[in-house]
Amino acid sequence: MSTMAFLKRSPWILHYDASSCNGCDIEVLACLTPLYDVERFGIINTGNPKHADILLITGGINELNKAVVRNLYEQMPEPKVVVAIGACAATGGIFRECYNITGGVDKVIPVDVYVPGCAARPEQIIDGVVTALGILEEKRMKMSGAAQTKEETRHAVGEST
Amino acid sequence: MPERIVVPFGPQHPVLPEPIHVDLVLEDEKVVEAIPSIGYIHRGLEQLVQKREYTEYVYVAERICGICSFMHALCYSQGVEQIMGIEVPDRAKYLRTIWSECSRLHSHLLWLGLFADGMGFENLFMRSWQLRESVLDVLEDTTGGRVIQGTCKVGGVRRDIGQEKLDEMHHTLDPFEQQCRDLGDVFLNDETVKYRLQGLGVIGKDEAYALGAVGPTARGSGVPVDIRETGYAAYGDLGFKPVVETAGDCYARCAVRVKEVYASIDLIRRAIDGMPEGPLDVKVKGTPDGEYFSRVEQPRGEVIHYLRGDGTKHLARARIRTPTLANIPMLVKMLPGAQLADVPVVVLSIDPCISCTER
Repeated sequence: MSTMAFLKRSPWILHYDASSCNGCDIEVLACLTPLYDVERFGIINTGNPKHADILLITGGINELNKAVVRNLYEQMPEPKVVVAIGACAATGGIFRECYNITGGVDKVIPVDVYVPGCAARPEQIIDGVVTALGILEEKRMKMSGAAQTKEETRHAVGEST
Repeated sequence: MPERIVVPFGPQHPVLPEPIHVDLVLEDEKVVEAIPSIGYIHRGLEQLVQKREYTEYVYVAERICGICSFMHALCYSQGVEQIMGIEVPDRAKYLRTIWSECSRLHSHLLWLGLFADGMGFENLFMRSWQLRESVLDVLEDTTGGRVIQGTCKVGGVRRDIGQEKLDEMHHTLDPFEQQCRDLGDVFLNDETVKYRLQGLGVIGKDEAYALGAVGPTARGSGVPVDIRETGYAAYGDLGFKPVVETAGDCYARCAVRVKEVYASIDLIRRAIDGMPEGPLDVKVKGTPDGEYFSRVEQPRGEVIHYLRGDGTKHLARARIRTPTLANIPMLVKMLPGAQLADVPVVVLSIDPCISCTER
């Protein structure tokens, strides 16, 4: 059993604005406020990548932000899920022809869930996070499965743990 | 002499919804110098003006910033209309004013919430954002979009607000104003808030003027600049006086915004009362040839769109100067002398909108 099992339904979220217009970002924040209030599900917005399970990224990522996004992603502990929010995060959106835009989060880090919309609505963002929860659980099962197999192999060849 | 250390603040930071990087030079807990660096949201969308037709660029202009989106579209449209000599119908002007003021309301309530969060007053943050949702509901009802409206176009507006909806808005304004006043009362009169904000990040009137500050940041220091006084859209008819405070500290800047919330509600009420009948737009023919400096008062201050057309359907050049860029010199002067723990509050007090700044 994974030691992180107590986090099963209370994912902590890290939000980063990677060159978006702000529209999706304020909608991410709106999810936390009384009308939508995702904290009642145990979803908490953290500022620390080392505490986060789900990374919410908005925007098409410019040249300067590439390193920051990669850095944040690498600091997050496994298992982790990336949710790309809005049209820009998916493809570059209306800014795709701009000279400084990479054109989508998946050009820089692997993305698990795409949330459409310009700007994405809070309901859609919450839906994206709920989808991400399923993927997070799958990844966790896979990890603990892999750890168990490794342990059994070691036992089989007679190594001490 | 205490040792100097450099603390990087941002680009990813819990109080910042957007990335800005400031290197803070500290002596113990005291900030002695702040060196900002920007560029995390630079997209290069001024150049897009050469790739999109001048009527289509309105949608790009809206997405310069998701908070003051309507005002950017308005500023761009007014610029093109001036170049082409288009006179916009009165009803469109009034509708533009109503949506502008709704945007200002939601932006100020958003800022008040973030500011409360910055000073550690979580409850007030939630309450501000709860009130903001009712403004967004009106925007969604009347335009179809919560934060990106898409109703402003060159030559007028795309949608009408029916009389029934206008009456409904008018009725809900009174209870809404009461709720805003209850909220504002906490910001203006609560002892803990005062203790946290008064005397923090002080900039005098002359210095603010010399640094070229705009918007509530300048008005908090007693500089009475407000582009709405030039009377664009329907502001000329509605009569308007800028809100000015003189203390120049974070409390004054907060007070300006709280009072502007009341002023916006009043403007919306008067715009609904004076709403003229008539068409929503005029047909736009031809292509822009010429140049114009278009100015609009955003929630954060004066935004300037410089537009130049050369007679083709693509504009030759757009240059956008946004209020936060003008206010960053103020921020650099405010930070020295503040405690490290006060830095988030001081940074937020200029209402930084980074995606505007870097375009």
